[in-house]
Amino acid sequence: MTMTDTFAIELIDIDKRFGAVHANNKVCLQVKQGNIHGIVGENGAGKSTLMSILYGFYQADAGQIKVLGQSHTFTDSHQAIAAGIGMVHQHFMLVENFTVLENVILGSEGGALLANGMAAARKELTRLADVYGLKVDLDATIDSLPVGLQQRVEILKALYKGAKILILDEPTGVLTPQETEELFRIFDALKQQGVTIMLITHKLREIISVTDQVSVMRAGQMVAHRDTCDTSREELAKLMVGRKVLLQVNKKAANVRAPLMKVKRLCVADDQGVMRLNDVSFELRAGEVLGVAGVSGNGQTQLLEALSGIINMTSGSVEVLGFTMDAKNPITPDKMRQIGLAHVPEDRHRMGLITHFSASESALLGYHTDPKINSGIWLNKNRVEDNCKALMSAFDVRPADPHLKSANFSGGNQQKLILAREMERNPDVLLIGQPTRGVDIGAIEFIHQRIIDMRDAGKAVLLVSVELDEIMSVSDRIIVLCDGQITGRIDASDADEKTLGMMMANALDPIDPLKTMDDQLASTQQASAQENQV
Amino acid sequence: MNRDTRIAWINRLLLPLLNIITAFAVTAVVFWLIDVNPIEAAQVLLYGAFGYEEGIGYTIYYATNFIFTGLAVAVAFHAGLFNIGGEGQAYLGGLGAGLAILLLDPSLSAWVFIPASIIGALFFGGLWALIPAYLQAYRGSHIVITTIMFNFLAASLMVYIMVHVLRETGQMTPQSELFPTNAWMPFVHDVAAGFGYSIEASPLNMSVLLALVCAVLVWFFLWHTRWGYAIRATGKNGSAAVYSGIKPKRIIIVAMCISGALAGLVSVNELVGYQHRLIMDFHLGYGFGGIAVALMGRKHPIGIIMAAVLFGILYQGGAELAFEMSNISRDIVVVMQGLVILFCGALEYMYRPWLIRTLAPVKQAAASQEVATEVGA
Repeated sequence: MTMTDTFAIELIDIDKRFGAVHANNKVCLQVKQGNIHGIVGENGAGKSTLMSILYGFYQADAGQIKVLGQSHTFTDSHQAIAAGIGMVHQHFMLVENFTVLENVILGSEGGALLANGMAAARKELTRLADVYGLKVDLDATIDSLPVGLQQRVEILKALYKGAKILILDEPTGVLTPQETEELFRIFDALKQQGVTIMLITHKLREIISVTDQVSVMRAGQMVAHRDTCDTSREELAKLMVGRKVLLQVNKKAANVRAPLMKVKRLCVADDQGVMRLNDVSFELRAGEVLGVAGVSGNGQTQLLEALSGIINMTSGSVEVLGFTMDAKNPITPDKMRQIGLAHVPEDRHRMGLITHFSASESALLGYHTDPKINSGIWLNKNRVEDNCKALMSAFDVRPADPHLKSANFSGGNQQKLILAREMERNPDVLLIGQPTRGVDIGAIEFIHQRIIDMRDAGKAVLLVSVELDEIMSVSDRIIVLCDGQITGRIDASDADEKTLGMMMANALDPIDPLKTMDDQLASTQQASAQENQV
Repeated sequence: MNRDTRIAWINRLLLPLLNIITAFAVTAVVFWLIDVNPIEAAQVLLYGAFGYEEGIGYTIYYATNFIFTGLAVAVAFHAGLFNIGGEGQAYLGGLGAGLAILLLDPSLSAWVFIPASIIGALFFGGLWALIPAYLQAYRGSHIVITTIMFNFLAASLMVYIMVHVLRETGQMTPQSELFPTNAWMPFVHDVAAGFGYSIEASPLNMSVLLALVCAVLVWFFLWHTRWGYAIRATGKNGSAAVYSGIKPKRIIIVAMCISGALAGLVSVNELVGYQHRLIMDFHLGYGFGGIAVALMGRKHPIGIIMAAVLFGILYQGGAELAFEMSNISRDIVVVMQGLVILFCGALEYMYRPWLIRTLAPVKQAAASQEVATEVGA
């Protein structure tokens, strides 16, 4: 039996449902031994579910798993490890205040007394480090190591447990470009030693530069398998996003007026110091819908949260409705609502509503201090319910029962309730994240029409969505985010999937955001000299 | 009855009931092991708690303390905070109430003294909770750790103050001088006598009314004001609260101060209502008991009142038991209380999966829906 003839991993007709969600639909996959195999797909395409099945976290409803030619059923991850599979999670599974050595032997200590196991492990790890070029100080504590080295420890840990097949879930998400380069160099060394690598990512650039084969998932299905040398970023982007029925939205030409929001050189760093938004500048004008396209996780969440005052920006400034916000002078979300900025959050369960609360209480979120609902200190229950009933009838929320627990509404109706709450108070600026995620077709049309109505009433709408169809049919102008930067600006009338896909993968020449900003300022209105220098 | 209503009833009524029955069943085994007839013991206990007027008075008197601390723990719970500093807050509340009375002119009327002592108890109890709250909100120190440490700080502080500052002149016992009689919270039997009813004397005083008023106020505050809304929103979903513009730091401070203030009121019942002087260790057990009361009462004032009465029964009936039966010491109360806490608190949901499986079985479609939401979340 020669090495190249065997498949390291063979998945046959893997099927997995979570209730109504068909997370994996008859997924087949063959990974050649000693290759680097990429799996790409948007968030929610089913990549993580598939890998969890392979690693024994979930069990498939149907289908077969073969590892190195042998059939397996994994009921927990120990069995997968025993079969030679190692996994490096996106979020590391390391004990922060343990040393590297202690972390590696965790789970395979080798007896009640640590000393023997430690000595043996030290020897083996030194060998592994030499063979694969995975140099790391075994006695350093994890919290003293940079993220790139912590990841290296994860890889060592998997190899130490005898992994012949390494699965890496979004490994570069937390790495700097230099650390990424280093990781890819390690991939090469591993490959040369016959280790098979499965790389799960939505970064097409990385797929093209390191993998041998690539498989594309969309909506729970494997839609394509390609040899990396025969494909392109452009094709992969198209495959990932897919072509769906373009929902037609009735809309007149936009009657664009003065800008209501000016975002200048906005930067947002997360707790780890990674730049989630980098130098983002744009204007949002009355009477238009500005679409923000991009593969999920490229800074859209941070954009919405920074603009609505939920998170603080690191630098830059935002002028909105006559107020200016910057790193030193934040505007709180409640103040934003008062001045006329409403926000429909991307994740309705995490932010949009409180699932334990009744619909009438969820319909109050963000507006509980409204004098119209309070009489003195009393939060007037009748008015709270009337408010909810009015919202429910305006947006056709079913069932129209203000007492029903928020969790018991369907996704579409929850979303309509949130949209009603944010839109019915007639804000001047509306930020909307993923308005139709998990919403049925009928409701989608209704929601799109409401957004267009807002636009026609002279309001400014910022629409963030990972659905390209939605972006193209609802927006008037589109900006594209990739890695926290604006990598494309285009009028919706000029946009097609191909161009947007290229922009989303940052395959076009990057556009200088500052220059574009200046162009816009010059063309739309007289800008003060001061602003030009910002 | 649809499934949601059934589950609601299981959660609200059946589960606490089964938990208590289990606790009593295990208590019965303990009695049987120490050669006490459990049925006889139960009779003595119930007679002690309900059999005569004085017993009833004691039961309600103890329950009053548990209502205060139960409400205190519940308010913090609703904000997503676990206040286990009720002991210290109650103790410091006593200092507040005592100082308010001792520093005022003894000739003043009860209309001044009683409100002043209540305010003193609220203020000092709240203040003692404010420090851990501040540390949690602005310094990230975990409230469970700080509140429990503040119980010890309170105990030490009070020893110092009682021995060196407030001890009655010429006395060796660390207790303050007697409060002036017009500073005493009226006893219920005295008030009843005023209306022409004759009740046996007991420590039960008008603080019980204060406890009921507090229960109503807490209910109103949490469910019928915008501040209560903000507290509950923060406790249920912190991210949604931040999204809505609620400031979690402020919520921590407000909820903890209210919680501490309510715990402080224990001293009004104990000191202003019964002991009539500032003494040591009047608060022992009520702060921790309040946690069990709040959990058993499902964090709702009505449930808390019911749970507090149960604990009052255990306290008073247990004392009677120790008095009547030679081979039982007063510590049996602690055992019973411990078992109730074990089954109603720690093992709160032990029967839940089984109850739901048998009484509210899932239809197939509904089941998959639930899994989907869990995965989605």
